[in-house]
Amino acid sequence: MSMIPYAFSYRRPKSLAEAEAFFAASPESRFLAGGQTLIPTMKMRLAMPPELIDISGLADLKFIRAEAGQIVIGAGVKHADVATAPEVRKAIPALAELVGMIGDPAVRHMGTLGGSIANNDPAADYPGALVGLGATVKTTRAEYAADEFFTGMFSTALADGEIVTSVSFPVPKMAAYAKFPNPASRYAMAGVFVAMFAEGVRVAVTGAGSCVFRVPAMEKALAVSFAPAAVAGISVSPEDLNSDIHASAEYRAHLVGVMAGRAVATALSR
Amino acid sequence: MTAVSMTVNGKAVSADVEDRTLLVYFLREHLQLTGTHIGCDTSQCGACTVHLDGKAVKSCTIFVGQADGANVTTIEGLARDGVLHPVQEAFRENHGLQCGFCTPGMIMTAVDMIRRKPNLDREIIRHELEGNICRCTGYHNIVSAIEDAANRMKESAKDNAA
Repeated sequence: MSMIPYAFSYRRPKSLAEAEAFFAASPESRFLAGGQTLIPTMKMRLAMPPELIDISGLADLKFIRAEAGQIVIGAGVKHADVATAPEVRKAIPALAELVGMIGDPAVRHMGTLGGSIANNDPAADYPGALVGLGATVKTTRAEYAADEFFTGMFSTALADGEIVTSVSFPVPKMAAYAKFPNPASRYAMAGVFVAMFAEGVRVAVTGAGSCVFRVPAMEKALAVSFAPAAVAGISVSPEDLNSDIHASAEYRAHLVGVMAGRAVATALSR
Repeated sequence: MTAVSMTVNGKAVSADVEDRTLLVYFLREHLQLTGTHIGCDTSQCGACTVHLDGKAVKSCTIFVGQADGANVTTIEGLARDGVLHPVQEAFRENHGLQCGFCTPGMIMTAVDMIRRKPNLDREIIRHELEGNICRCTGYHNIVSAIEDAANRMKESAKDNAA
């Protein structure tokens, strides 16, 4: 029988406490959420954990709550459920739209919020929404502002064995996400999330650099005048952006400006 | 080894399998349900699409343990009493296949999309097919088949309601 991948053991804990205990007993193990990135990675043998701890069945991680001024989403909620949740679509339509652009319909039926942000792929969509909205990530051990949570390419503030439990998204006055997808993989070559709050404007860019980042010059300009023209003259330096067979750093820098303008226009059109 | 049990096409099945077994291999090699195809093995092509608790998923990207206790439907489970499912019938009539390799995944995706999106048009269908690749590039007739199936199913739902 053909066998992909290598042999490992699979465990399904009944609670977060049990998941943590499993990890403590096997510190090289990995948590499995939807598996839509981890499983392909294991098939390529780029990751070879000896044990998988499947936390996808934990009911504690599956909820969506509309609270005063924020939407709180459990880490185990699947993309398809966030994209279609009436409370998300009503309060933060930009978030529902962003999640509806992740992967494809079958991937969205398995992939989860917690899995996506714990992986922090530089071209993933979710980090754009978390940083763009100034979200708060809650884990089994601490709470992190999104700005501090995403620390670099495929790296986060999470310590070994720490599990994301939920994310609180503040409800903005207006917001939108514009994404230029890679034509083959559909990952973001540049995705820009723009959100306007009473306190100011946030602009987060994913896909273009090694990790999600903010553009303070655009945030300041949009706080003065929330219009596509406000960002038209602001260029992002290509110096730290990704350059690969799909696009040069200069092209990605250009895309950031174009996507920011489109996101502002979309936010205004609602 | 891990003991799994689930319902596949309405029948209860259980087996002891290696933990690393992907759902698609369980279906094809343990249950001999070879209608579900392995195309790319990299989660991109969608030939392995099945329904897990009623939702389209890529069975090459799920370990069998994740499907323990679930209700799985494969392409073999769509026809009823020898009568093709309306989506299968529409693929046949619209010639929605060329070599046929992607067809099981296309049909399972189409059934799921029609369930989720009551008002499909050709643009939405093309967008929803993002995770299914036809290397014959036979998309035009695939889109026609899904559009036709969606219309038939809407009509028959109306007839049943009347």
